[in-house]
Amino acid sequence: MNTNMTADKNKKTLLSSDASPPRPMTMTQKIIAAHAGKDYVSPGEIVMANVDLVLGNDITSPVAITEFDKTGARGVFDGEKIALVMDHFTPNKDIKAAEQCKCVRTFAKKHGIVNYFDVGEMGVEHALIPERGLVTSGDLVIGADSHTCTYGALGAFSTGIGSTDMAAAMATGEVWLKVPGALRFNLTGKLGRYVTGKDLILHIIGMIGVDGALYKSMEFTGAGVHTLSVSDRLCIANMAIEAGAKNGIFPVDDKTIEYIKEHGGDEPRIYEADPDAEYEKTYEIDLTEVRQTVAFPHLPENTRTFDEIGDIPIDQVVIGSCTNGRLEDLIIAAEVMRGHHVAPGVRVIIIPATQKIYLDAMEMGLLRQFIEAGCVVSTPTCGPCLGGYMGILAEGERCVATTNRNFVGRMGHPKSEVYLASPAVAAASAVAGKLAPAI
Amino acid sequence: MKIKGNVIRYNDNVDTDVIIPARYLNTSNPKELAAHCMEDLDPTFVSRVKKGDIIVAGANFGCGSSREHAPIAIKESGIACVVAKSFARIFYRNAINIGLPIVECDVDVDEGDVLTVDFDTGVIVNETKGTSANFAAFPPFLMAIIESGGLLAAVREGKL
Ligand code: SF4
Repeated sequence: MNTNMTADKNKKTLLSSDASPPRPMTMTQKIIAAHAGKDYVSPGEIVMANVDLVLGNDITSPVAITEFDKTGARGVFDGEKIALVMDHFTPNKDIKAAEQCKCVRTFAKKHGIVNYFDVGEMGVEHALIPERGLVTSGDLVIGADSHTCTYGALGAFSTGIGSTDMAAAMATGEVWLKVPGALRFNLTGKLGRYVTGKDLILHIIGMIGVDGALYKSMEFTGAGVHTLSVSDRLCIANMAIEAGAKNGIFPVDDKTIEYIKEHGGDEPRIYEADPDAEYEKTYEIDLTEVRQTVAFPHLPENTRTFDEIGDIPIDQVVIGSCTNGRLEDLIIAAEVMRGHHVAPGVRVIIIPATQKIYLDAMEMGLLRQFIEAGCVVSTPTCGPCLGGYMGILAEGERCVATTNRNFVGRMGHPKSEVYLASPAVAAASAVAGKLAPAI
Repeated sequence: MKIKGNVIRYNDNVDTDVIIPARYLNTSNPKELAAHCMEDLDPTFVSRVKKGDIIVAGANFGCGSSREHAPIAIKESGIACVVAKSFARIFYRNAINIGLPIVECDVDVDEGDVLTVDFDTGVIVNETKGTSANFAAFPPFLMAIIESGGLLAAVREGKL
């Protein structure tokens, strides 16, 4: 195993479609082609591609490590191209979680994996990786976490895979990929006040369904793209998986390049979709018309706008996660809550996604404001997002969360309910004690 | 390869959070995972599943998280094959990578029917109802992984 497995540097198509002529490609297809050493790829084709970064967390890495060890590999393909982030159950919630982190820590040390992030340095992985400049435009990133699709915001192809894929990629630096077809979302206009990227992606998922983009890329285009902040783009790409997509991707513009420079990322490699690239469908979306949107239990596609929402009293609010735990999210939540106290009987948990965000929020006085308003502020962790710890719901309880999934039992008891919303809506709801729009 | 077994039936959008709830993800031991398989969707699953049973579900089976614990829990619980109208893509590749046979096919079955899935001919026969359906064969690359018993075995054998 190890190096001899990557001997075949002349990447070849594994499912032959050699007969088809060159064709225009989407942005995603171009990045995959470049990493497979090919001039072009077509949808459905299976290729072996080189990866720029392999990601794992405290839940998925132990499974990958067991598999990796079974292969008898002497070492990892590149100690600098693997990132291991301890975020789901950290600081460790119990003995088993501690053992899992110990397993990953030991592995990282043994194999010289420099991008190992533990308590004190860690953050929620998909907030941390871009913040640390570990991903740049044009990269091909795979991660044993479904929200790895987040980095499409920066013009990278990134997608979630499983632990066995992660094990194989750590050994060989390669991954098998089926080239996806694509849906295009052509954006015009500009989002209104307190309408955010979260509302847009919930709106889209409500429109196309949780399997609306199954196996496909979601490519965002149009003048409206440039009006979106990088933070909004990260949130939107993050939830591409909630529509079943393989990846979500944004074109690279000045905002992207500025973000990457600011965070010390590698020089961007810019790929653009061919003008005549084929999309299975194009959706035209006027951002001006998007409203504050909430996804009702128990699927992200069950979306409603406030004209369709009655009185829904709530027990808890969670503001955080890889979807909406960035500084911009905390700023908007604080703005909406300013001058108000949390409604009696509502537990509000604020979780800055990384140590840096925590510190910035502290220096801006946001944490004081949250605490004085009756919220608690937690150290970075995934925690309640996946029903791990730090805010588990009892039977019949309702939570408004800025997270990305509201499946049965996602945040606790199978009969509890999660309502997905933006930080602005979550903050307004915290104050109102029921689902409420930010005004 | 041919698989014959009794059907356990589920609907659309069976997500990985109900296949194996995150509160049990502090372990990767297959037996411990299998003990909680399907718990939040179907608490009776663990007590009634028998070795060789076949899960038949609707669209988007396995949506949600990338946790490989989900197909591992299903495989360890004795399920021989999952047939669904469609699969979420990470679940699909995870199942293939760990050697859990899965088939994308829309079949007319009820709980308890007996199915035969023939991977060589691409035909599913419902022995109880006397009906059948066809499914698309795997591309050779994926068949090679399944025949090797999973991705890493295929990598070891130099098949990729
Ligand atoms: S914050 Fe939630 S969705 Fe994001 S990586 Fe953590 S558990 Fe997954």
